[in-house]
Amino acid sequence: MIKVNLLKPDNKNLSLFLSLGSLFFVLGIFDFYSNNFLNTNITSFLPRIINFFTPLIFSVIGLHFFRIEFSGVKILDNINKNINTSNFNAVLSVIIILLIIFALPPLLNWLIFDANIAGDTKEACTGGGACWVYIKVWFNRFMYGMYPNAEQWRINVTFIAVLAFMAAGFFVPTRLRNYLSFYYTILLPIISFILIYYIISGGSFGLEWVETGAWGGLSLTFIVSFFSLIFCFPLGMMLALGRRSNLPVVKYSSISFIEFWRGVPLITVLFMSAVMFPMFLPDGTYVDKLIRVVVAITLFEAAYTAEVIRGGLQALPRGQYDAAKSLGMGYWKMHIFVILPQALKLVIPGIANTFLALIKDTPLIFVVGLLEVVGMLNLAKANPKWLGFSMEGYVFAGTIFWIICYSMSKYSQNLELKYKTDR
Amino acid sequence: MKFKKILPQLLTLLFIVLIFGFFTMNAQENMDTRGIEFGFGFLKQEASFDIQFSLIDYDGSHSYARAYLVGLLNTLLVAFIGIILATLLGAVVGIARLSPNYLIKKTASFYIEFFRNIPLLLQIFFWYFAALRALPMPEDAPLLLNSSFMTIKGLYAPAPIWTNFNIFFITLIIAMILIFFFSRYAKKKQEIEGKQLPVLLISSTIFIGLPLLTFLIGGVDLSFSFPVIRQMSQSSYTFDGGFKIPPELIALTLALTLYTATFIAENVRAGIQGIGKGQKEAAASIGLTPSQVLKLVIMPQALRIIIPPTTNQYLNLTKNSSLAAAIAYPDLVLVFAGTAMMQTGKAIEIVGITMATYLTISLAISLLMNWYNKRIAIQEK
Repeated sequence: MIKVNLLKPDNKNLSLFLSLGSLFFVLGIFDFYSNNFLNTNITSFLPRIINFFTPLIFSVIGLHFFRIEFSGVKILDNINKNINTSNFNAVLSVIIILLIIFALPPLLNWLIFDANIAGDTKEACTGGGACWVYIKVWFNRFMYGMYPNAEQWRINVTFIAVLAFMAAGFFVPTRLRNYLSFYYTILLPIISFILIYYIISGGSFGLEWVETGAWGGLSLTFIVSFFSLIFCFPLGMMLALGRRSNLPVVKYSSISFIEFWRGVPLITVLFMSAVMFPMFLPDGTYVDKLIRVVVAITLFEAAYTAEVIRGGLQALPRGQYDAAKSLGMGYWKMHIFVILPQALKLVIPGIANTFLALIKDTPLIFVVGLLEVVGMLNLAKANPKWLGFSMEGYVFAGTIFWIICYSMSKYSQNLELKYKTDR
Repeated sequence: MKFKKILPQLLTLLFIVLIFGFFTMNAQENMDTRGIEFGFGFLKQEASFDIQFSLIDYDGSHSYARAYLVGLLNTLLVAFIGIILATLLGAVVGIARLSPNYLIKKTASFYIEFFRNIPLLLQIFFWYFAALRALPMPEDAPLLLNSSFMTIKGLYAPAPIWTNFNIFFITLIIAMILIFFFSRYAKKKQEIEGKQLPVLLISSTIFIGLPLLTFLIGGVDLSFSFPVIRQMSQSSYTFDGGFKIPPELIALTLALTLYTATFIAENVRAGIQGIGKGQKEAAASIGLTPSQVLKLVIMPQALRIIIPPTTNQYLNLTKNSSLAAAIAYPDLVLVFAGTAMMQTGKAIEIVGITMATYLTISLAISLLMNWYNKRIAIQEK
């Protein structure tokens, strides 16, 4: 007779423990599955409070039997090392496994298996799942807002052109490299503004005039974030330099500017641009809503960018400044050729985070009545023909934003590794 | 040389003065032509609009200043609950991200990557318009924990009814003061004699025992008023008694908590990772248990790294609570910059007051945290 210590599994009785373990584990999982999806409770004879926890108890006992040190079986050792180091860990692992079993099938059913995509009326949605028909029918609205359907090619053309101009920077010959920052900070905004003004707005060259109130959807998100990004970067850089300047007036005006914008929520800034700003202009002047919004977001984000860049400036060792000065460089020469190139490299992740925050903030422009994706969703949701599909809309918009933001953050992490300089 | 220093400052000054002057002149002119007067007198006028949810006594007959206070308190309420919940969740998730357990680590990072990359406004809308709208109507709501109802109109929970609440409250404060002095005494004793007192046990006994004692001898009593369903008309039901938490507050708190917790979790993770491995190993080698290592060695050091960025997140949460306006939770922005401004038309004053309020909250929190930060910073010799 072999002595078996059930409390301390060892590899002498490997097969016994393995079979006991799998028995209990499978029992636990099956119990959970039948409770939730088959509507039968195999442990209903137990008191309710115990019976609720039986799946957890069984599975943890199963994992307990699996926990054999130096079993010699590679897979088992890997499992034990990763999810089953102690009873506490086993409980947590089991809870997560059970949660996945609980949540995944209904989720997949809703998203894919029971969902409808064929057809183009509300009646086509017969399954219990998501109604992607809704997204399909409203897709153009979500992308282009109220922009007339026949004219939407103009937005596409403009975006492709702007992207091409942006990408052009990567292909310039080496001797022109020095002018790149000039190109990106000054030329590109002007070019894109001209493109957007003449093609998307129209009004000349035989193109129909489309007022900015009709712009919307994802394209508006891109337009607003693109311009705010381009403008907030140089402004933020100037503010950061100003805050570190030793001229008191410059320093304290930069500080108060930065702290002011950082201290108020964006929504009040947009309120200000909507209702307060027109009061500050000479009577009769009208500044387009979209321009006011871009200016508001730019000022707001510039303050955050400034703080990030200041972090980079502070992280540079003093020696860099001293060395540059000892070569006889002036303030601007020193900053442009020595300090900023190094400091900006250091703050890539921070800048990327600010930009991400900016993109995530764009939906707030609904305050002034501009409707980008989320705003359009709320409009579509209230359409009497399509009531009751808010969930689909939010999942759709969430996916778009998630893809944009996640890929941007991954890209910034790559850049960070690429530019990492050891000091 | 002197000229070089003065010129840029003069130019900056000139620029600022010109801009401000231009704006004030235009504002003056515009207000004159429209017959609006600048002034804060409107604050005393009767507000004559109702607010759905208020912590203090309020109805339409109160003044605009009172409405402002209601909005401010509602904002602070959301911020307060959000900060507490987000800190707890963020700390747990941040520690979970460093767990040796593969499943836990992956779940935590999935949660972080998922919630931080979706705009907050979208999340608020999701909870309010999609998730909470799927809850049952009052008549179909199941009883939760034998006391509460979670319905489409909000959460109905039992409301506590106190007798002699003051005595209970004062005892609670006394208990806290006692605990504070006791833990200082225990620390001193440990530093001098090297003896550890069971601080946690004794302080929790004080904290629970002392207030409980007031029930026995202080005449304090606590009973609950439970929500009871009542039919209002053919198809509409409501609850009597109890304590109602509006769905706007739930949606807003949920979204703010889940969103901000991801950032706090990243701060916690970075803080713990920022402590050198040597610290952990050294602590383990002098015989501290893993929980002691975390509590006595890692955390006090990690907190120094964690606190500054986390303060920023608290500020962000407070500012983000202004998104409440989008789902009609009556916070400062909705009540004051929304309704009150529509009624009075005092755009400059009201937006100014609103911004100044947020600015004050932000500056106050950052000053407080700077002070705390200085206190716990390493005193280098």
